[in-house]
Amino acid sequence: MATSRNLNGRAAVAADETLDWAAVRSQFPIMERKVQGGIPLVYLDNAASSQKPAAVLEAMSRYYRTSHANVHRGVHTLSEEATVLYEEARQNAGRLINAPSSRECVYVRNTTEGINLVAGSWGRANLGPGDMVVTTTMEHHSNIVPWQILQAERGFDLRYVPVTPEGHLDRGVFGSLMAEEPKLVCFTHVSNVLGTINPVAELTAEAHAAGALVLVDGAQGVPHLPVDVQALGVDFYAYSGHKMCGPTGIGLLWARRELLHAMPPWMGGGEMIREVTLEGSRWNELPYKFEAGTPAIAEAVGLGAAAAYLMDLGMDNVASHGAYLTNYAYNQLVEIEGVHILGPGPEDRMGLVSFHVDEVHPHDLAAILDLDGVAIRAGHHCAQPLHRSLDLIASARASFYLYNTESEIDRLAAGIERARRIF
Amino acid sequence: MDQLYREAIIDHYKHPRHYGCLEAPDYKAHDLNPFCGDELTIELRVDEEGIIRGVAFDGKGCAISLASASMLMEEILHESLDEVKTWTRDDILDMLGIEIGPVRMKCALLSLKVLKKGIYGLDQLEEEELD
Repeated sequence: MATSRNLNGRAAVAADETLDWAAVRSQFPIMERKVQGGIPLVYLDNAASSQKPAAVLEAMSRYYRTSHANVHRGVHTLSEEATVLYEEARQNAGRLINAPSSRECVYVRNTTEGINLVAGSWGRANLGPGDMVVTTTMEHHSNIVPWQILQAERGFDLRYVPVTPEGHLDRGVFGSLMAEEPKLVCFTHVSNVLGTINPVAELTAEAHAAGALVLVDGAQGVPHLPVDVQALGVDFYAYSGHKMCGPTGIGLLWARRELLHAMPPWMGGGEMIREVTLEGSRWNELPYKFEAGTPAIAEAVGLGAAAAYLMDLGMDNVASHGAYLTNYAYNQLVEIEGVHILGPGPEDRMGLVSFHVDEVHPHDLAAILDLDGVAIRAGHHCAQPLHRSLDLIASARASFYLYNTESEIDRLAAGIERARRIF
Repeated sequence: MDQLYREAIIDHYKHPRHYGCLEAPDYKAHDLNPFCGDELTIELRVDEEGIIRGVAFDGKGCAISLASASMLMEEILHESLDEVKTWTRDDILDMLGIEIGPVRMKCALLSLKVLKKGIYGLDQLEEEELD
């Protein structure tokens, strides 16, 4: 069905018939899993990590069974095959976010490592006393702590954009911080707690007008939304494989080529050098300058397979299904007495609903739901400043993906009602 | 669920015993569970013979961690400090009377962790002692 969507991927749907979603679900072997002595698993912890389709599992297994060797080294058959698979995967992972070239796509372990790479390389070379970095209280710790660590070393000013009571970034404060001409502005594409979809293109234009570079945490954006780094106009964009059907231990950092050229290496070792002498070394070409040591080859192959899988489904379809499930869950949960949902209404959010329930600690709620076979996350979701700003120490979070169904969300709602009765 | 959230657990959670703080405690410790942000403070008053004469706890947490603290306060009141020092994770699990999986173990043992920190004055209890 047709959906209307702006550049930031907001989708509004009444019902979802974009694809045969039952057939999509059947491509994920773990959906057969029974827990708690025979109850079908309801997996609603996708914002923490998604499950994997057979296509990804088979690509990784096939690689190990038939083609494994080290990459970019030997001239023998297996090394060549492994190198081709590793580089094809990079192209797919870059194409998923419309990167202009796979040379600008650096394999990292995850979004966290991508942000740390920017902090440790670009940041260490470019930030010092008198400079300013802006991030937000909406961020995952991975987009706060690397900047705090670097700040302690380099002595720049680190400022935070607060979140409004409605769960959006405070645009007024954002604007006034831009007037102070920061060097770098960092924010998440989609909040891992509130589900808020940030207006990346608008914020980026505003930051660029102030002369700042922009780094976006794409961990929760890439799994659900069509991402086009060129249209968004950002300078750095990082995402993790394991939240978008790929394996753990692999992710991607995309950055504009001139930035990558100017950035010093982050880690030293094999693979990242052009020439080593005892007097010094010269660096390898992009992106290998940033990939020291033998990489996670099978994981990269899995990441490429996941990107190809999502592109085959069509990210517009994935986004409309995600919006549909999010909307459905929001409307179910908002009806339950004693349930308080964090963040914006369903039209401005993607992929998840975080909430707290009167009289029931999130940990207890998660434990009770687990006994019903329903997996959700309880805790601060690596966003303590955000929880503190909401005067909470923890919340419960249900997060959705391709394979989830309305009836699974109904089981979530029934479990919450049950927990309310126990307490 | 009836097992994990047996009546006594819910009762201690909803009606915590010795909740609050003491005037002039002899021992006081605070700690938190870094995974979920639960936090707990325990205070003790101990007489010249080393017998615990006053107990109090304060904090925020789930039913398991707060019930554990509440029950522990009842258990150790009027016991000797030397006796309480011998408490182990198994004593806590016996006290709770429920089966605890690996994920909730940190919730169940937060009370003991804070108590021992108070008694020994350690910043961080050795992990092995709680495992």
